[in-house]
Amino acid sequence: MLRYTLTRTGSLLISLIVASLVIFFTLEVVPGDPASFMLGINAQPETIAALREELGLNQSPWARYLSWITDLVQGDLGTSYTYRSPVSEIVAERLVISLPLAAYALALTILIAFPVGIWAATRRGSFADISVMGGTQLGIAIPNFWFAMLMVLVFAINLRWFSAGGFPGWDEGFWVSIKALTLPAISLALPQASILARVMRSSLLDTLDEDYIRTARAKGLTKGQALRGHALRNALIPVLTIIGLQFSFLLAGAIIIENVFFLPGLGRLVFQAISQRDLIVVESVVMLLVFAVIMVNFLVDLAYSWVDPRLRGRR
Amino acid sequence: MNRAIFGTVAAAALLAGATAQARDVTIGMQLEPPHLDPTSAAAGAIDQVLYSNVFEGLTRFSSDGSVGPGLAESWEISEDGLTYTFTLRGGVTFHDGTDLDATDVTFSLDRARAEDSVNAQKALFANIASTEAVDANTVKVTLTNPQGNFLFNMAWGDAVIVAPESIEDIKANPVGTGAFKFSDWKQGDSITLEKNENYWGEAAKLDGATFKFISDPTAAFAAMMAEDIDAFYVYPAPENLAQFEADPRFTVLAGNTEGETIMAMNNKLSPFDNKLVRQAVSHAIDRSAIIDGAMFGYGTPIGSHFAPHNPAYVDLTGNSNYDPEKAKALLAEAGYPDGFTTTLKLPPPSYARRGGEIIAAQLREVGIETEISNLEWAQWLEQAFKGYDYGLTIVSHTEPMDIGIYARPEYYFQYDNPAFQQLITDLDAENDPAKRTEMMQEAQKIISEDYVNAYLFQLAQTSVVNAKLKGIWVDAPTQAVDLTAVYWEE
Repeated sequence: MLRYTLTRTGSLLISLIVASLVIFFTLEVVPGDPASFMLGINAQPETIAALREELGLNQSPWARYLSWITDLVQGDLGTSYTYRSPVSEIVAERLVISLPLAAYALALTILIAFPVGIWAATRRGSFADISVMGGTQLGIAIPNFWFAMLMVLVFAINLRWFSAGGFPGWDEGFWVSIKALTLPAISLALPQASILARVMRSSLLDTLDEDYIRTARAKGLTKGQALRGHALRNALIPVLTIIGLQFSFLLAGAIIIENVFFLPGLGRLVFQAISQRDLIVVESVVMLLVFAVIMVNFLVDLAYSWVDPRLRGRR
Repeated sequence: MNRAIFGTVAAAALLAGATAQARDVTIGMQLEPPHLDPTSAAAGAIDQVLYSNVFEGLTRFSSDGSVGPGLAESWEISEDGLTYTFTLRGGVTFHDGTDLDATDVTFSLDRARAEDSVNAQKALFANIASTEAVDANTVKVTLTNPQGNFLFNMAWGDAVIVAPESIEDIKANPVGTGAFKFSDWKQGDSITLEKNENYWGEAAKLDGATFKFISDPTAAFAAMMAEDIDAFYVYPAPENLAQFEADPRFTVLAGNTEGETIMAMNNKLSPFDNKLVRQAVSHAIDRSAIIDGAMFGYGTPIGSHFAPHNPAYVDLTGNSNYDPEKAKALLAEAGYPDGFTTTLKLPPPSYARRGGEIIAAQLREVGIETEISNLEWAQWLEQAFKGYDYGLTIVSHTEPMDIGIYARPEYYFQYDNPAFQQLITDLDAENDPAKRTEMMQEAQKIISEDYVNAYLFQLAQTSVVNAKLKGIWVDAPTQAVDLTAVYWEE
């Protein structure tokens, strides 16, 4: 067990180090200079040089990499070139929107996908099954930003139930904030729920064909009892895998939806930082996301052993 | 009885609530300031939020572009034009309660011209030889050479007066002297200003203002239509303007900016080092097709690098009228009867991307093939601006009165004409308005007749505003959303 943990931690560290090298030096070769961007096209060369000096850009890439990485392990994400404030503060401000939004969207995804997937699986081949699965095809096919714009048109411009976007801040009240995140969360959840419902359905159908379900039915359980008691838990493994991937995606991949609803989330921060060549922000945020994805995968691994006791012994 | 009192109180509260709400304003903008120090970055968004609202300079721009007194009440210029003695207004305080005095002014000017200064417009201060605080209300600035546009330069957002006490934290917490004080910045979302009750001049009519940053044009449209915001400054999607114009809830303001939109040519790169080629390119371009096609009709044709609303403007569009036959003849004369192939590098704004496609088609008509590449700003600065690695590119030069860039041979279009450089040096030193006008007209003519660049149009500023909101600047003599005179019509 200890050995397992050690090798596991070792490989985790190696992947983090490799990731940091790849991230840093990929961005290093991207053309563009944050100091020239800041000072614009009327600035004089010596002014740009002065700013480069102030930002520490005149050091060699290796020196900058080393100082970045040593700060990083101490929990210091550095100071943004453009905003000139600590990256950790900037990221924290964005995370209070991106995390709840991702969680909200994921909750909606699960709330929609589970009943729909189970319902369709138990009615395999029926008209209901076919039409629901057709609907999920549509949910995957519709681009979520287009769906988001439709919702803005209906609920914000015509009905005036929601504002067209923006985020008031949590200090304005919990429900106000949740309301502001509702349309974005629905637009994010729709394609994800469609994918998850399909996975749920097919995974459940696979287990429903298993011998032990026939045995359970033969010993007198109803279809519903067999489903709840035996099939569902076994069908969950692929579903959990997908949920893990979806959460990582929702955390970082909401950028288009953030743009449609002008939410100050993490995706927009990265996008803005890239265009302004605020490399330290890009590097640190991407590094954080790498870390988050690794952690989510780790948690999903743990969840496997929760739903499947056999996996616990294997270690 | 109780109920009656309660009713009255409730009604009063409602009324108070209604008027209080109507005294705030929410303004949409596409770009967010990177930080809040106008004296150390070029980003126009910083000035748009803070200029004249939070920070003020010795002089200031008014809505028609003229320069008038700001924190300096009056000034005297010595006979030789070398010494400016500014008298500061009395009773001006910074938002942190400290008094404005002459040392704040000398500090601000000295900081901007210091060796390690990171002021994006350091050239504005290059001519200052020394500054001196004569007494608490008097500042004496001595110049190296006489400079006709010194007062104009001091009106720029990059020349606002800051205080040494608050300079450390200025990027996150700007402390100025203006009619509004900075209140809050939700990064990525909005900046809030509130009324400065102790303002030295006429108090603002609004209680506060929120600038909301919406980069996506579709989202801007939705936010405006849902009336989440009261005005969108420089509305990013001209294709929607007709719809706003037709809607009685909104007014569309279309005014001038200082943005000369040009297609720059690399004057040291073959074949653009040949004046005939540059002339051919200029004649191959149909400005009105670009203005209609890319800008939906908003924009004024220009024939030189000068703003049409400036009194010294001369209309030189005739030098480069649309004439593809003449363009072909000129190309043949220059030795390119079959045309040539070059690069056209386009930065992100829609005037460049949309305009670039139209221009490429027009150039193809006369035999010039262009390889279009779309660049981000950072790439553009690296490749085209710094690296001179381009044939053609489209940029709007938004700094006011910037014809002087043609006197900088290292500037990205690499125009090197000693006669023009001398003219600009003389212009800088000239104080007589009539002579200055004459010289500015001469300068416009030289670059127009040298066909340095293809001059396209003066960028229009189109803003969508709630019909009841009054006092927003129509023209944009500098990048500012001056809210000091903005009010809600009852």
